Amino acid sequence: MMRLSWFNVTSLTLGFAFLYLPMVILIIYSFNESKLVTVWAGFSTKWYGELLRNEAFLDAAWVTIKVAVLSSTFATVLGTMAAYVLVRGGRFLGRTVFSGMIYAPLVMPEVITGLSLLLLFIGIGLDRGVITIVLAHTTFSMCYVSVVVSSRLMTFDRSLEEAALDLGCSSFDAFRLVTLPIIAPAVISGWLLAFTLSLDDLVIASFTAGPAATTLPIKIFSAVRLGVSPEINALSTIMIGIVTIGVISASLVSKRNSLRQQREEQAAARAA
Amino acid sequence: MQRFALIAIPYAWLLALFLIPFVIVFKISLSDIALSIPPYTPTLDDGIGPFFAALDFENFAFLTSDDLYWRAYASSLRIAALSTIMTLIVGYPIAYAMARAPEEWRPTLMMLVILPFWTSFLIRVYAWMGILSQEGFLNQFLLGIGIVDQPLTILNTTTAVYIGIVYTYLPFMILPIFAALDRLDGSLIEAAEDLGCSRLQAFWLVTIPLSKNGIIAGSFLVFIPALGEFVIPSLLGGSETLMIGKVLWEEFFNNRDWPVASAVAVILLLILIIPIILFQRNQQRQAEDSA
Repeated sequence: MMRLSWFNVTSLTLGFAFLYLPMVILIIYSFNESKLVTVWAGFSTKWYGELLRNEAFLDAAWVTIKVAVLSSTFATVLGTMAAYVLVRGGRFLGRTVFSGMIYAPLVMPEVITGLSLLLLFIGIGLDRGVITIVLAHTTFSMCYVSVVVSSRLMTFDRSLEEAALDLGCSSFDAFRLVTLPIIAPAVISGWLLAFTLSLDDLVIASFTAGPAATTLPIKIFSAVRLGVSPEINALSTIMIGIVTIGVISASLVSKRNSLRQQREEQAAARAA
Repeated sequence: MQRFALIAIPYAWLLALFLIPFVIVFKISLSDIALSIPPYTPTLDDGIGPFFAALDFENFAFLTSDDLYWRAYASSLRIAALSTIMTLIVGYPIAYAMARAPEEWRPTLMMLVILPFWTSFLIRVYAWMGILSQEGFLNQFLLGIGIVDQPLTILNTTTAVYIGIVYTYLPFMILPIFAALDRLDGSLIEAAEDLGCSRLQAFWLVTIPLSKNGIIAGSFLVFIPALGEFVIPSLLGGSETLMIGKVLWEEFFNNRDWPVASAVAVILLLILIIPIILFQRNQQRQAEDSA
C-alpha cells in the first residue's frame, strides 16, 4: 500500500474542489430567498414553486424527455449494430469510410453538425420539430453508443459465440442468446450516455428544432443569456440531483452485478 | 443477407444523416444569398445546367476580404490551444494523484471525475456566470479577505472563456491520462530511481513518456471541440472574445446569411481535418497496442 504524498493529496483536493464547488454554490443559491442571486437573504424553496408553475419550462421538459427517450433508443439499436459491424464485420467495401463516419461525429464541432443537418432537412422539405431533433440526436449519439459497445465486444471471448454456432444456433440466435447478454452492460451504459447527451444538447437542437418544438436547454439558454436567475438555479439543482442519483445507482447496480458474476465464476471454478 | 442488412442499415443512416449533409453544406457555401425560402440561390429547381453554372467561390473570397473571419479563426485557434495546455497542466496532477491513490479508492475517484461529465454542459457553464460576475461569489470572496479593493471584471472577458473551457473539458483530459498512468508499471519508476534518477528526473524521463498516449488523446479531446465551441464564448465571453463557432451561429441566426455560414463551416472543417485524422490515428494505435 502506497501512502499519498502531500503533493498528491493537494492536487486531489484542489482538483475536486474546482470540479465541484461551482455546482455546490449553484445549488446553495437555488435556495436563496432573494431575487438578487448574489445576495443571501435566507433559506427558501419559493423558486422551486415558481418553476413548477412555469408552463413553458414544463412543456419544454416534456419535449426534451420525449426526444431523449426516442433518440437514445434508436441510437442504441443502430450503435450496437454499427459496433458489431466494426468489430465482427470483417472486410467489406467502404469499411474505412464507415469507421470514419463512426469516429468523426465524436469530435465534430456541434455548430457544423447542427448546420449541416438543418440544411439537409430543409433540402428534403422535412418540417422542423420533434422528429428532426430525434433524427439529429440519434445520428450523433449512435456513434457514442457504438464506441462504448465496440470496446466491450473487442474484449470478450469470441469462442463463446463460436461454441453456440457449433452447437446449432443460427447466427441471430447466437447473438441474441450469447453475445447480447454478455455485452448488455455496455449496451445499457450506451443508452444512458445517449440519453444524457440528448438531454444536454443545446446547439444541434437549436438548429434542428424550429419554432414548433422547444427543448429545455434551448429554453435555459435563452433565459440565462439575460443573466443569472434563481429559477434557473432551481432547475439546474433538480437536473444535477437526478443525474447524481442516476449515476450513483447505476454504478452500485453494476458493482453488485460484477461481484455476483465473480462469485458465480468462483463457484463454477470450484465445481469444475 | 442478414450480414448485408446489418452493415447496410447503420451505413445508410450515417451516409444520409452525416455525410450527405456535409455535401449540402459545401454546395450551399458556393451559392448566393437570396430573399426567398430557402434563402439561397441556385436550387436544383433551376435545372442542372444553370444550377452548376451559378455556383462559385464568392463567399470564400468574401471570407478572406473581411478580416473579422481571419481574426475569429486565429483567435479560436489561440484560445483552443492555450486552454488545452491549461487543461493539461490542471488535469495531469489530478490524474497522477488518482493513479497513485490506494486501489480501493480509484473507482470512487473515477466516478467523481465522470459525474460532472454526465451533468448538463450548459448548467456547468452557467454555474460560472454566478461566480465570476461583478457581484459574484469570487469577487465577494476576494473583497472579503482583502486581496482586491474593487471587484474584478472577469465575466464577459476572454479570461472567463479560458476558465469555462478548462472547467468543462477537464474530465476529458483526466480520464485518458489516468488510464495511461493506471497501467504504468510502478517498478519501472523504482528501477529509474535505483539507477540514480532523482524523483523529478524519473517523472520526466519515465512517467511522462509512458503516459504520452493519454496526454495526446486528452489534448485532442479538448482541443478539437474547444475550437468550435459556441456555448462558452456566448455565455462567459464578452464582445471582444472572437470565436468562430459564435461567428457561424450569428451569421446563420442573426444575419440569416446561410451561404456565408456554410463557407465558415467548410473552412472550420478544413482546419479540423488534420487534428481529427491525427486523433483517429492515435486512437487506432492505442487500440492495436492494447490488443
